[in-house]
Amino acid sequence: MATLVEKNLGQRVRGFVEVENLSVSFKRKGQSVHVLESVNFKIEPGEFICLLGPSGCGKSTILNVIAGFIQPSSGFVFVDKRHVDSPGADRGFVFQQYSLLPWKTTYQNVEFGLKIRGVPKAERSELVHYYLNRVGLFKHRHSYPHQLSGGMQQRASIIRALVNSPSVLLMDEPFAALDAQTRHMMQELLLTIWSDLKTTVIFVTHDIEEALFLSDKIFVMGVNPGRIKEKINVTLDRPRHADSLLSPEFISLNRQVFELIREETLKSMDMD
Amino acid sequence: MSTSSKRSLKASPLAKVNTTIAHCFKALSRRDRSASNQQQFNAQVFRRILSLVLFFGIWQLLCLNRFNFFINFENVPSPIEVAQATVQFVTGNPMKHVQASAIRVLSGFTIAAVLGISLGILIGWFKKIEDLIFMPLELLRPIPAVAWIPLAILMFPTSESGMIYLTFIGAFFPILISTIRGVESTDLLLLRVGQCLGAKQWHIFKDIVVPGAMPSIASGLVIGMGNSWFCLVTAEILAGRYGVGYITWESYITSNYPPIVMGMLLIGLMGAASAYAVDRLTCLFMPWRITKKKSA
Repeated sequence: MATLVEKNLGQRVRGFVEVENLSVSFKRKGQSVHVLESVNFKIEPGEFICLLGPSGCGKSTILNVIAGFIQPSSGFVFVDKRHVDSPGADRGFVFQQYSLLPWKTTYQNVEFGLKIRGVPKAERSELVHYYLNRVGLFKHRHSYPHQLSGGMQQRASIIRALVNSPSVLLMDEPFAALDAQTRHMMQELLLTIWSDLKTTVIFVTHDIEEALFLSDKIFVMGVNPGRIKEKINVTLDRPRHADSLLSPEFISLNRQVFELIREETLKSMDMD
Repeated sequence: MSTSSKRSLKASPLAKVNTTIAHCFKALSRRDRSASNQQQFNAQVFRRILSLVLFFGIWQLLCLNRFNFFINFENVPSPIEVAQATVQFVTGNPMKHVQASAIRVLSGFTIAAVLGISLGILIGWFKKIEDLIFMPLELLRPIPAVAWIPLAILMFPTSESGMIYLTFIGAFFPILISTIRGVESTDLLLLRVGQCLGAKQWHIFKDIVVPGAMPSIASGLVIGMGNSWFCLVTAEILAGRYGVGYITWESYITSNYPPIVMGMLLIGLMGAASAYAVDRLTCLFMPWRITKKKSA
């Protein structure tokens, strides 16, 4: 029984992400606007990275390029040495908006990716049940999305991506719409799942505490044009929990990142 | 025992007044919602019945007085005459007329539904198909069913097929347009969801585009069903010996006026009933919306 699940989990020694000289610009009113300019980074398999920055710094744009939704003006993205030019199941995506298909039940939503790939029904059922249990949604497997709370919908969205055992999990401010309490529970849950699966995660947020709590590294982004300003190693011990937010190390990192972001926010408001 | 019952008897008139006053206050107070709601509901029902009584009453009065000032009521059958005609119709052989009309409408509607939905999906989803067939359809769309009568006579081998064609025309365009709109309004977010799960065109189409368009298609079907009945009288002018629209037209030709109004009302009634049936049926295909309505 467990072998299938183990096999599914074991596939995840992938997730090597390279972004080379990535630039994105588009024309607005005849002028070209540089959203991103020469972004470079490498992410090792299994790392948890946060892209942090004020609004308008292009952090979601990086994610969209890696997902294959938009084409870069120049530069390349490679995932596991394969050039990215279109969306695919090897890069799971969790959106900020609730994005479960309204006409499918929780179970059918999570099952969808496996069904597309032609995974036999028995295997599908085993995997989906495993993940539903993992995030406490088994009881709600026959509910439609509108019957679920925001937190439940996002949990379902996360496992809908994970069940396909993607190399990278791309998360675009997935908890931004949730209340503070639920958001914190979701962060802890995400860390527990991630510590089991060791999928590479790229997590976009504008919340400094969220970034510090979750990630191994924070890429702090600057504006005008969007670029990576500084890479910060988050050395907080794992597993992390609510008390981690009170440690002196957390507080000093928080101050450091806060100053970086502050500069950029002022710049984005034309107040420098 | 006896003294206490006497006392209560004595006290009763006053107590009754007290309770009625209390009751009035209760009904007035906003806290007791159920009581005041009930009262509001009763008043509403009363007003609605009153509106019907006034409608038929004024109609009857205008007929009785042979009202003739710009609009002429001299030849308009009164409600009572219409009721008599209805009784006569029902006791005769109503089913052959109702059945003939229903078969025409159902055939036209079914063909319209199949063609309208499939063409609508193709036009909405494939830009090239839209370029190829949308313009001619837009040209034909504003033409009312009556204008089709001469061509329907020339084009179709039997009058029956011509009549079905006219009911088809009524239903086809609303269904087509709503389907196109439904497919075109597919949520970009959900398309991206599908792409990230590895969905190819076919799965995106089947699992995202079509279910997303279904509410819009359903409302097109309801409107189409109504329109199909509008076109029935037009169709049955064309030919036929049976049918509700036929009775209406035939009664005018033969100067037997009361059945005209009866026929009109009957068409309205059957149209409303079948549109309601379509609405219910389409809900069965969208279980996620049924639970939504319940929980709301």
